[in-house]
Amino acid sequence: MLLLIIFVLTSIAYVVGRSRAATLRKNGEQLHSLPRYYGYLTAIYTAVPALLLLAIWSASEPTFLKQSTVKTLPAEVQSLPQGQLDLVLNDIKNIATGGITQTADDPLREASAKHYNDRKNTSQLLKSIVVLVASILGALYGLRKIGIHTRARVFVERAMMTVLIACSCIAIFTTVGIVLSVLFESLRFFNKVPFTEFAFGLHWSPQTSIRADQVGSSGSFGAVPIFAGTLLISAIAMLVAVPFGLMSAIYLAEYASSNVRAWAKPLLEILAGIPTVVYGFFAALTVAPLVRDIFEGVGFEDVASESALAAGLVMGIMIIPFVSSLSDDVITAVPQAMRDGSLGLGATKSETIKRVVIPAALPGIVGAILLAVSRAIGETMIVVMAAGLAANLTINPLEAVTTVTVQIVTLLTGDQAFDSPKTLVAFALGLMLFITTLILNVIALVVVRKYREQYE
Amino acid sequence: MNAQEKLNTTEVVRGSLKRRYAREKRFRLFGLAAITASLTFLAVLLITITVRGLPAFKQTFIQLEVTLDSKTLGVGENPDINELRKANYNGAIKKSLTALFPDVKKRKDKKALYKLVSKGGQYDLQKRVMADPSLIGETLKVWLPVGDDTNSYIQGNIDSSLPEKKRRFKDNQIQWVDQLTEDKQIQRRFNSTFFERGDSREPEMAGIKGSLFGSMLTLMVTLLLSFPVAVATAIYLEEFAPKNRWTDIIEVNINNLAAVPSIVFGLLGLAIFINFFSLPRSAPIVGGLVLSLMTLPTIIISARAALKSVPPSIRDAALGVGASKLQVVFHHVLPLAMPGILTGTIIGMAQALGETAPLLMIGMVAFIVDVPTSLTDPATVLPVQIYQWADLPEKGFVEKTSAAIMVLLAFLIVMNAVAVYLRRKFERKW
Amino acid sequence: MNEEVNPLPSLEQDQTSEQTIEEIVASLGDTVGQPRVEDPKMSVSNVDVFYGDKQAIFGVDLDIANNEVVSMIGPSGCGKSTLLRCLNRMNDTIPICRVSGELTLDGEDIYSKDTDPVLLRARVGMVFQKPNPFPKSIYENVAYGPRLHGLNRNKADLDDIVVNSLKKAGIYNEVKNRLDESGTSLSGGQQQRLCIARTIACSPEVILMDEPCSALDPIATAKIEELIDELRENYAIAIVTHSMQQAARVSQRTAYFHLGKLVEVGDTDTIFTNPRHELTENYITGRFG
Repeated sequence: MLLLIIFVLTSIAYVVGRSRAATLRKNGEQLHSLPRYYGYLTAIYTAVPALLLLAIWSASEPTFLKQSTVKTLPAEVQSLPQGQLDLVLNDIKNIATGGITQTADDPLREASAKHYNDRKNTSQLLKSIVVLVASILGALYGLRKIGIHTRARVFVERAMMTVLIACSCIAIFTTVGIVLSVLFESLRFFNKVPFTEFAFGLHWSPQTSIRADQVGSSGSFGAVPIFAGTLLISAIAMLVAVPFGLMSAIYLAEYASSNVRAWAKPLLEILAGIPTVVYGFFAALTVAPLVRDIFEGVGFEDVASESALAAGLVMGIMIIPFVSSLSDDVITAVPQAMRDGSLGLGATKSETIKRVVIPAALPGIVGAILLAVSRAIGETMIVVMAAGLAANLTINPLEAVTTVTVQIVTLLTGDQAFDSPKTLVAFALGLMLFITTLILNVIALVVVRKYREQYE
Repeated sequence: MNAQEKLNTTEVVRGSLKRRYAREKRFRLFGLAAITASLTFLAVLLITITVRGLPAFKQTFIQLEVTLDSKTLGVGENPDINELRKANYNGAIKKSLTALFPDVKKRKDKKALYKLVSKGGQYDLQKRVMADPSLIGETLKVWLPVGDDTNSYIQGNIDSSLPEKKRRFKDNQIQWVDQLTEDKQIQRRFNSTFFERGDSREPEMAGIKGSLFGSMLTLMVTLLLSFPVAVATAIYLEEFAPKNRWTDIIEVNINNLAAVPSIVFGLLGLAIFINFFSLPRSAPIVGGLVLSLMTLPTIIISARAALKSVPPSIRDAALGVGASKLQVVFHHVLPLAMPGILTGTIIGMAQALGETAPLLMIGMVAFIVDVPTSLTDPATVLPVQIYQWADLPEKGFVEKTSAAIMVLLAFLIVMNAVAVYLRRKFERKW
Repeated sequence: MNEEVNPLPSLEQDQTSEQTIEEIVASLGDTVGQPRVEDPKMSVSNVDVFYGDKQAIFGVDLDIANNEVVSMIGPSGCGKSTLLRCLNRMNDTIPICRVSGELTLDGEDIYSKDTDPVLLRARVGMVFQKPNPFPKSIYENVAYGPRLHGLNRNKADLDDIVVNSLKKAGIYNEVKNRLDESGTSLSGGQQQRLCIARTIACSPEVILMDEPCSALDPIATAKIEELIDELRENYAIAIVTHSMQQAARVSQRTAYFHLGKLVEVGDTDTIFTNPRHELTENYITGRFG
């Protein structure tokens, strides 16, 4: 509602600003810029300060409300630990909004809720007034500025540049946000469970730790089996993706006629465009039983129905187009002169590819494979749907293993108490995941970039 | 070098030729095999899904003569809306079933008989009666959806030669259904329920409307947020940014973000948007926020490529007639780059549409029956719906999952086709 | 490089008048001079080359003898590189390229079914316009060919071949202490001599050079020209060049091409001092090209 009003005010400011500038111009004043820039200028003055105020107010409002509500509570409630106090506050908020509460009617809380509501309403009202006043003042100031001495276009362009720069910083903020959010929660986790236990412990059973007496005891947060499972599945995936992807890329880049290329490339890319949840469904419903039947058919016993092999195979298929399109780019970037040199010496085509093209493209291919590994490690849906939950420390691909991403999903979906190590450990796993993929990505990006520069 | 030596070379090379050509052939064959295998995987995947999913677009209906007398429904004279909503439609259905097979007396058999009709059948009746209360007291011929097991049987998925104990569909049920089929009271029809309803615990009543709307709302937020920001970023980096350490960091950072696992974005959403800013869980707005952060790098990278492909001569020409640099970009370069940017955006949106993992983190995985109508309603999206259904044991849900996948893929194919079309149409060689 | 890969654009540029290429070529008349020599190593008879529908070479006859350097000159797009690439079937790598007529090596048709392009290319080596050493060590660059073809019996054999080839290419003294370094670390002229050494290592009988000095500075060029003169003792050499001075310095016979047609051929001295065809004269006196 408030936003709408600001928007209307801004539009009005634009129109008024422009027409005023136009009038001045008609009267023979030598304005620096076209009238519409003066319109923009007025609009900016109207909207920006008001919106800033609104944002700051809205962001700080909950904190103030909380503090003022806490003061109305009796001292013994105030002195409760943070977690329980939050629960009480939550209750009060629920009462205030007319929602359902767990506790029975409690006059004290009712009173607090009333207080909360009052304060909230006052705050809303004040906020609206302040913001509107700021907006109108801004508009008036902007209108006053219209004249010969104001270089409206320069001002507007500078504002635009600020917006552009701000937008390009969002990418940075995203990274910072990721790092902060996972790091912060991870640190809280490592306060409760020592890092060494997490990194080197061989036993993983976070579910049991819900009981208070078990927190941090008996090594239930040893993440080694999870890392091992992740590596196992990723390795299987790469065993599928690298040979198939690389050979496809070589065939497409070196042998296929342009007709075949025009068809096969988009078809392969469809494989990359299929959502991972579809692969997960396919893996769980079709591939996993098939793998089990085949291996039990040839005499293996105890093939898990959620075997690492099934998940890895399907993940590998998913990554084929990824490897192939990256390698294809890299291979076609090898200069034709290299091939000519080799063919001119009497090498066959495959000899040229194996001994000249691939070695020349190797850095790029390695980069592509690293990116693919990073992708495999971070892939979630296939393993969530087709790999198991049991943290087995094994290298037998026919057994069920679990991965980092599976554990994150399991730990964070459903009910969660935000302070228990059970949920915090998910962030620690997320941190590991982020760091690993970050390292792989950066190495890959640098390698590929160097490689491209070499042939440009 | 004498003649003898040269002859020797020729001989040596000639001797090895056969072996080398065999290798050449093998290598080429490997390549062909690799690509054929990859495409075969694709074909197998699509065919499996289609074969499984196609039956779900048809639904079996049973024709019943239902008498809507107020006694059975348990409503008084001139019932109000509330009464109508709570009326006992199930009782009416049961009555009409017993009327159809008056021989069925035992309690156990009656229970089996009632199972022929889906539990969702009562909602169909409820809807009709609430739309037209004058129907009370009438006798209607209605087509109601059959239960999950009945549906399986009709589709031939239940092997009647198995001993009775081993199948969910019993002998007496088979007998009834066969008789009804003979009387032409059972029919397969297009399954409009699938597109008109939200989620349900009963496979025959479950639909994708709720998750489709959730997906649309989420995508809308994603598009509105990521497109302007990505274009602004691309413009700044490509047209204005000085080449220094700082912009270098931004660039590496964007490339890295494009390769960060999607689930990490989910963690970000959970920690920042939900726990820190206390935005509602399961809401499309949070989903949209997370997905837009995730798709930003994709769009930025393609937008930069599009901007780069606009030749400098256009910029020079516009600068030459006295336009400011910003005017040049917004009036000349951006419009020319737009098709490329749009292509990238559509591809980014397709990616977002198929994304599941980060949305699980922010709670869009709840069981939600209602169709979401606002950005803060609890909602789920199509891929998450697929994930949820894939976990359910009922036979009917396997079909539904596959069918939902087909719908999702159809959307993705359309989006990608549009992107390809745009690229072809506006592809320019400068 | 564009010239070999896609000679069509430049061909079209030359087509300034409204006449078709075919008409212009017909108006050029028969080849002036004597394309034949006694006991030719390679012989080209009535060869046409097409790229798709466009004809790039029109009925060319030319012989290449042992122990001589034949230079091919002409304005860009005249088909001289195309013809050169036909001599060891490098044009096979361009799918739309089609060759008709007869090309022989020691009297055997090199486009016949029995002739193997791999064997042919081992016998007829090629040096390219831009130095293109493989991104491997200097040693590996030279050893590449012999390894492929299995020309050595053992490691010592291979060492011999590498050293001899580098010596013959006149680069051994410069690189003998750093055979393990990457071939791409050398200077442009050294790279080109390395490529020549690489070609020699396969012990070819004919060496084709496609503007081998166009990417090099004058000093490097002088060294290569000197080298070409020495190589003449053992090989038959055909060289495509843009520089008439180079043709005059290194070759014994010269062939002048125009729009895919061999216009005039003869002793280098005669061609440069006393050209008989008007176009040749125009080109040599620098009126176009």
